[in-house]
Amino acid sequence: MNLTLRVWRQKNADTPGKFVEYRANNISPDMSFLEMLDVVNEELIKRGEEQIAFDHDCREGICGSCGLVINGRAHGPLAATTTCQLHMRTFKDGDTIAVEPWRARPFPVIKDLVVDRNAFDRIIQSGGYISVSTGGAPDGNAIPIPKDDADKAMDAAQCIGCGACVAACKNASAMLFVAAKVSHLSLLPQGKIEQDRRVLNMVTRMDEEGFGNCTNIGSCEAVCPKQITLDNIARMNRLYMEALFKGILS
Amino acid sequence: MAVSAQSLQPSRAGILSLIWRSSLGKKYVMAITGLGLFIFVIAHMLGNLQIYLGTDKINTYAETLKSTPALLWTVRIVLLVIVILHIIAGIQLALANRRARPQAYSNKKVVASTLADRTMLISGLIILAFIVFHLSHFTLGFVNPQYLHYVDSMGRHDVRRMMIIGFSNPFVSVFYIVSMGLLLLHLSHGVSSCFQSLGLRSTRTIGFFDKLAKVSALLVFLGNCSIPLAILAGILK
Ligand code: HEM
Ligand code: FES
Repeated sequence: MNLTLRVWRQKNADTPGKFVEYRANNISPDMSFLEMLDVVNEELIKRGEEQIAFDHDCREGICGSCGLVINGRAHGPLAATTTCQLHMRTFKDGDTIAVEPWRARPFPVIKDLVVDRNAFDRIIQSGGYISVSTGGAPDGNAIPIPKDDADKAMDAAQCIGCGACVAACKNASAMLFVAAKVSHLSLLPQGKIEQDRRVLNMVTRMDEEGFGNCTNIGSCEAVCPKQITLDNIARMNRLYMEALFKGILS
Repeated sequence: MAVSAQSLQPSRAGILSLIWRSSLGKKYVMAITGLGLFIFVIAHMLGNLQIYLGTDKINTYAETLKSTPALLWTVRIVLLVIVILHIIAGIQLALANRRARPQAYSNKKVVASTLADRTMLISGLIILAFIVFHLSHFTLGFVNPQYLHYVDSMGRHDVRRMMIIGFSNPFVSVFYIVSMGLLLLHLSHGVSSCFQSLGLRSTRTIGFFDKLAKVSALLVFLGNCSIPLAILAGILK
């Protein structure tokens, strides 16, 4: 396949970026999107030009490093697919493909397509954990958990923190990410204990980082590679309200 | 008062202030005030549709409202407060959303989004302009002071005559109808959205709430627009 790429090039957060056109020639339809970028970068090295910087790690859809906005859609055109799992057969020979970084104030560009997603780590640090002394692994069935709750918690725990929800949201809101973490922990008995403090602190941190506000559209859910649903946001809305009431009445 | 993300036990005052200061809290304010305005819009429409039942019915209805000033003023003050909260919260949320994405995408694909949800602020602001005009028109009589002095055969304020003369002006009627079109847009997203903001919607029930929003928004549009249209068409005279 032969393709034309319009790639966002930006030196760092303080320098304005711009689109630059590149040819991607002799691309196999079985390559992943990242492998295609590797081929383009090899070509750039040969020509002595600066490579395109992009983030990646596992390349198997589980680490959440590889977010790119491809033709205006986070992680490209396929549902439930990370950029590293997107294959070039999804595109047609001769296509022009625009590639941009996640765009949100809390995700400043480090270089080209790489953004700083430490804001997510700071949200996790503010409450996305349970406080227990670690020791020997407890017996898996020591605490009975209703199957329904376990399923919902596991669905929420699928979140890989890639940030596609923020990238796709017209308001750059991080509600789907935070709601997935809040839900995953608060649905389980070990996480229930700190549920009020967790949701209050994580939402406060989310706001302080400068993410936008959810307007209940669902673009996040549509692009999420792990298909986290808006149900989690509704649950976070309930948990937050409950925590406010308890905090005011106690 | 700031509640640090690291503090384990935010104070009670700190928590109370989160209702207005936090993103989720402000969305509760948005949802509750929006729902309140929606309920008012329905009640207001049902009241006015009595124009089809003849002069006596609608003028009696207006007289009843005015003869219970305690109730009338309670409702007016509550409405004023919630409309102000809705507008301030709406503008603040929209500004924060704009700040959160300083650099736009080159060719953003619209995913799962509709015209209605992308235009909530602008439809809301035009509805605000409409509310100001509407109050000046029929409640305060700024547009035509004569309106408040029409009297029916029983010596009551002749609301029916005021409506018929008011809507006989096609420019006025068109402005009302256009505004109702924007309210249709606003409610077709808002009435479902507010249940999500309050944590009452789920994958199982989203279909129901989306339908409720679209159907009720359409009924509000048709019911309200029927009055100026019937007057312009000479059906009500
Ligand atoms: C009759 C008048 C109005 C009614 C019945 C109404 C109703 C609603 C409802 C039900 C919502 C959904 C709340 C939620 O998302 O949780 C909403 C949202 C909103 N309204 Fe209104 N509204 C009215 C007037 C206004 C005005 C005057 C403004 C002007 C600023 C406005 C701006 C907004 C905005 C910005 C949103 C948030 C949109 C979103 O979150 O997606 N509205 N409205
Ligand atoms: S590189 Fe790990 S999810 Fe794509």
